[in-house]
Amino acid sequence: MAKATTATLPAPRGHAAAVKAAEPPRELAREPLVLNNRSLGWITNAIAGICENPMPKWWWPAFIVSAGGAAMMFGLIAYLISTGIGVWGLNQPADWAWDITNFVFWIGIGHAGTLISAVLFLLRQKWRTSINRAAEAMTIFAVVCAGIFPVIHTGRVWFAMLWLPPIPNHMDVWPQFRSPLLWDVFAVSTYGTVSVLFWYVGLVPDLATLRDRAKTTLRKFFYGFFALGWSGSNRHWSNYEKAYLILAGLSTPLVLSVHSIVSFDFAVSQVPGWHTTIFPPYFVAGAIFSGFGMVLTLLLPMRTLFKLEDIITVRHVELMCKVILATGSIVGYAYGMEFFIAWYGGSPYELWAFLRNRVADPFIFGPLFKVPPAPYWWAYWMMISCNVISPHLFWSKKLRTNMVFVWLVSIVVNIGMWFERFVIIVTSLHRDYLPSSWGYFNPSWVDVCTFAGSFGLFMTLFLLFMRFLPVIAISEVKGVTPQADPHHPSGGAKGHH
Amino acid sequence: MSDFFPRWTNQLPLMAAVGAVVVGTSVLAGTWYYLTPKYSRVGYQPIQPVAFSHAIHADQLGMECRYCHSSVDKSWFSNIPATATCMNCHEVVAKDSPKLERVRQSYASGKPIPWVQVHKVPDYVYFNHSVHVTRGISCVKCHGEINKMDEVQHAKSLTMGFCLECHRGPENHIRPNEFVTQLDWKGTVDGKQLVHDWNVQPGQSCSTCHR
Repeated sequence: MAKATTATLPAPRGHAAAVKAAEPPRELAREPLVLNNRSLGWITNAIAGICENPMPKWWWPAFIVSAGGAAMMFGLIAYLISTGIGVWGLNQPADWAWDITNFVFWIGIGHAGTLISAVLFLLRQKWRTSINRAAEAMTIFAVVCAGIFPVIHTGRVWFAMLWLPPIPNHMDVWPQFRSPLLWDVFAVSTYGTVSVLFWYVGLVPDLATLRDRAKTTLRKFFYGFFALGWSGSNRHWSNYEKAYLILAGLSTPLVLSVHSIVSFDFAVSQVPGWHTTIFPPYFVAGAIFSGFGMVLTLLLPMRTLFKLEDIITVRHVELMCKVILATGSIVGYAYGMEFFIAWYGGSPYELWAFLRNRVADPFIFGPLFKVPPAPYWWAYWMMISCNVISPHLFWSKKLRTNMVFVWLVSIVVNIGMWFERFVIIVTSLHRDYLPSSWGYFNPSWVDVCTFAGSFGLFMTLFLLFMRFLPVIAISEVKGVTPQADPHHPSGGAKGHH
Repeated sequence: MSDFFPRWTNQLPLMAAVGAVVVGTSVLAGTWYYLTPKYSRVGYQPIQPVAFSHAIHADQLGMECRYCHSSVDKSWFSNIPATATCMNCHEVVAKDSPKLERVRQSYASGKPIPWVQVHKVPDYVYFNHSVHVTRGISCVKCHGEINKMDEVQHAKSLTMGFCLECHRGPENHIRPNEFVTQLDWKGTVDGKQLVHDWNVQPGQSCSTCHR
């Protein structure tokens, strides 16, 4: 269509017919975002083909295992609700443990999706196009997993309907608007809604592509239904891009606000170890850190298994590693600053929470500060080695371009980020002001299996996404190929001006 | 596309939106109306083992509530009278009535009459009868016009909102102590003065009732 329009336009003034731009010098040329000079048709076939052809052999075993995990989680949730919150390991004084840890863990993972889809879009980072679709899907599935935990941790979940949103009711119970727990409800539900809308709007042109290629009636119906009558007309594209831009603008503040508000759950309280002003930026950086970790964990196997190396290139992976390096450094700085302020602030309780509940290990820092080892020193140092040390390996280009290594580090990052939330929540709670009520949290098997099951749910949803939807934004990737650039020798309306 | 979806499907988004609004509103309204105690509790009227009529005893005969429910102003619990209390009169009054056969059996055997409880607050609610009854809150406020009922019926919703309405404005419900058991009392009183004089401080925090 672009071809047809430009063909009828008069040639720009001063340009004789058939002016061809010279190839840029090799050293100035940017590495293209789609390798091997793949044609537009190849891109469509490569991506749409994934959900049109039968899934590879590994898909069914992976799906059965994941769905089994999800079923286990729902079974255990039924057990929790029918029996009571005591089936978990938490109790006084650690009233929050794995439940809220898992919530913050999952909601944090979701942040990469919004960052990639909204912030990188507004910043014109064209490399986002190869990864945004899968990252947004990951965001939504992570929010689904995250949303489960705060609801079930209330114990009497049937009342959570009245405790979470402000609904006028016969009990005259009204949520406490000064509580960050209520802000959380709004933050997370807004985030979920906007993420779904953003994802869906971006999907519409690709759904139309799948509709037009569909062979079976069922596929024609469903892809056609959700493609909303997309015909690729100029008006459609114009409206689409406006809508996409508006949604990007709306979601950008959410990247910062959602995890800031999640951090208020802790920062607004007066528990030593939680009552910290650095929490909002520190949580946001940590969320993006863990989100990119999860994006890499999912996309690295995906690009190999579906042979998408020309679209999700090594350069894409490297760029994501650099985001991990940057946000990991912020997180490391925050850990150091927290500890410094605990000492510099002069509150003995704050210092206690950091030194004696977390940092003091039996080997170096305990003896150095002459304090007994902290009960959770192992969790704290697990977090430090995963989150502070491992991302700095990405300074090396050699390691950044080693896909197996990057994949392993991406998993380490997420282990570390889970431990970060565990350390913040449990180590601050388990020893409060009253030594007689000090305790030590041990998870029950239900805790462990519910958390493991949430990965099952997450992977089930992701595998279904790979099965039925284009895992990469086809239309957007085409837009960043050299062929789509009118100034590029191989792009534009060739031979006409 | 056009050969797959007929033209009317262009209206689907609008239809879906309207449908969602209609269904959503009806579900919400239905839940609000039918699934709250205002609907589900009010009107509960189990058939009691003995056809005891409060209308006859309390209204026609003018018996004082506390003749039978004697612990109501001393205890958190308002007792159901023992059969012996019934027999105080019914050894003489209507002593051969077939309606009272069950009462006489109970008295002879010592086995209590299995009255069916009508008003019940959940286990997680602490409710004390005596503190209400001795500070001018009449029986009628929670139990309705028991004195007009032949078979006792759940007249009020007894929801948390129902409790809170009075706890938030006791001056609108309080009455002089001597009229607490006079369910028909229609007099007027300076409620604020009574609240002040008796130092009535109905708590509104969670732990007032959920201890």
